Formats: sequence, C-alpha cells, structure tokens
Amino acid sequence: MLLIECPYCGVKAEETELAAGGEAHLTRHGPDSAEEAFAAYLFDRLNPKGVHFERWRHVNGCGKWFHCARDTATLEVFGTYSAQTSAPPQTILDAIRARRPDWKPANAPAE
Amino acid sequence: MRDFAETSGVRVEALPPAGMVTLRGDLSDPRLGDALNAVGLALPDRRRIAAGSAGSTVWMSPDELLVVCGEGEDRGLAARLSEALAGVHHLAAAVGDARVRFAIDGKGARIALAKIAPADMAAFEIGEVRRTRVAQVAAAFWMTGPDAFELVCFRSVADYAGKLLASAAGNVEGIALP
Repeated sequence: MLLIECPYCGVKAEETELAAGGEAHLTRHGPDSAEEAFAAYLFDRLNPKGVHFERWRHVNGCGKWFHCARDTATLEVFGTYSAQTSAPPQTILDAIRARRPDWKPANAPAE
Repeated sequence: MRDFAETSGVRVEALPPAGMVTLRGDLSDPRLGDALNAVGLALPDRRRIAAGSAGSTVWMSPDELLVVCGEGEDRGLAARLSEALAGVHHLAAAVGDARVRFAIDGKGARIALAKIAPADMAAFEIGEVRRTRVAQVAAAFWMTGPDAFELVCFRSVADYAGKLLASAAGNVEGIALP
C-alpha cells in the first residue's frame, strides 16, 4: 500500500484516494515544435527503478494536484511538494540524498 | 428519505435536508474571513469545522469551504456572501439540493467508517473533517461528538451511501482500531 501525504490537506492519503498523473517536470513541446521534440514530450518517459518524481492528484479529497518524490521499487516516499514548480525543491533533494547517498538525478531536473 | 435501520449499536440515519453553500476563494485572504464573519460564519482551520450563528463552515480544500445552514437558507446566504465579497475573486453557490447528510453514531461508529473509508479513524478528533471516499463514492464526514459523525455526499448516490453505511454499521463488535 502506498501512503502519500497530500501537501494541501496534510493527510496521509492512501493510494485509492489519489490518482496518478505520471512523470513530473516534463517540458511541454507543442504542435509548433520539432517533430522529435514533440514525440519525446508525448512518449519518452524515464520509467526508473528507484527514485522517481511523479504528479499525483488528491482526487477523492481536496482535488489538488501535487508532486511526489518516491522510490518505485520500495514505495518509500521521500516527500511531496507543490505542483506550482518546475523542479523539485532543495528540501526534497536533501531528503532523497539522506536516504540514497549515491542517487544522481536522471535528466538532471535543474538544481 | 428513508431511514436506515439501527444495527449492532451503530445508528445510521438520513438527516433532514439542509441548505449548503460552496464557497470557493483564497482562504488565506483576510477579506474572505471578514466576509464570513460579516454574515455570521467562522473561518475553519485546515481539516476542521467551525460553528457560526448562520451555520457551520466545513474546510474542504485550501480554496473551498462548505457551509451547512438551515433548509432553504442557502440561496440567501450565498447572495449575502457574494455581496460581502464584492471585488474579491470568489464563487458562492447554493448546493444544498445536490447533497444529503447522514448521521452515524454509536460506540462502533469509528469502526463502521474505517471499514469503508481510507482514513485514519483511530486518531480522528471531534471537530475534525475528512474529505475522502466511502467505498465507491466521494464523501466528506466530520466528528460531531464522542462516537458521533455526520457525513455528506451527493444526493445522486444517497441510496448507495445509505445502504453502504447501514451495512458497515453491522458487525462492529469485537473489532478494534490499531
């Protein structure tokens, strides 16, 4: 069971109360962009085994979108943070490094 | 509305209709709190319910409140709120007709709700609000007293919710919350 704390409600919400929104911090490339960039935006995903940044929505609760950093293999949640950001905050990166000292950000979400 | 039978000490009852107002706006804006006070309502803390002379205010999200008032009073209250919030970005809508309320009380009320909602019922406190789901439908409930809860959900799922609560209220003896 995955328990993720909603940063807006402050409740540890169980997975069935939430809706998964896929990988976080994607840069949108619209129809006007190069074909490769548009295809990469639509289809290329990291799908890591380990630390991952995701979007979640507290659908059966406050209804808000937020970000979550978690380990896809162990289901350990490192923290949740506001949806109104394009990169994980330092506190989240510190929390991940405290638990996974040799972790390197894939695609290097800007630090 | 039909009444849902009392089973094993937990009583589930469909409450009479009430007026309800959905108020959306930035709850951290002091003008919103002032407007609530001006119409006889109080601004609740996060995940809490606050009582006022015109009704109770239930925290729904950082930008949404649900006001529960007397039947037929919601349209007037929504209009007074909109008037008090003139110039402030907000929405006040009367939604009482679209909602129903249930009372769940008795010694096993926490256990009855723990069976159907993914909420930590062991730590639930009086005055606390939880917006969640009960089995397959969205609902919100709050604790009104020791072993007493009030639940609100959409009228369109009232029959499902009532039967679900009645079913959850059965066989609560011998179950302990962690």
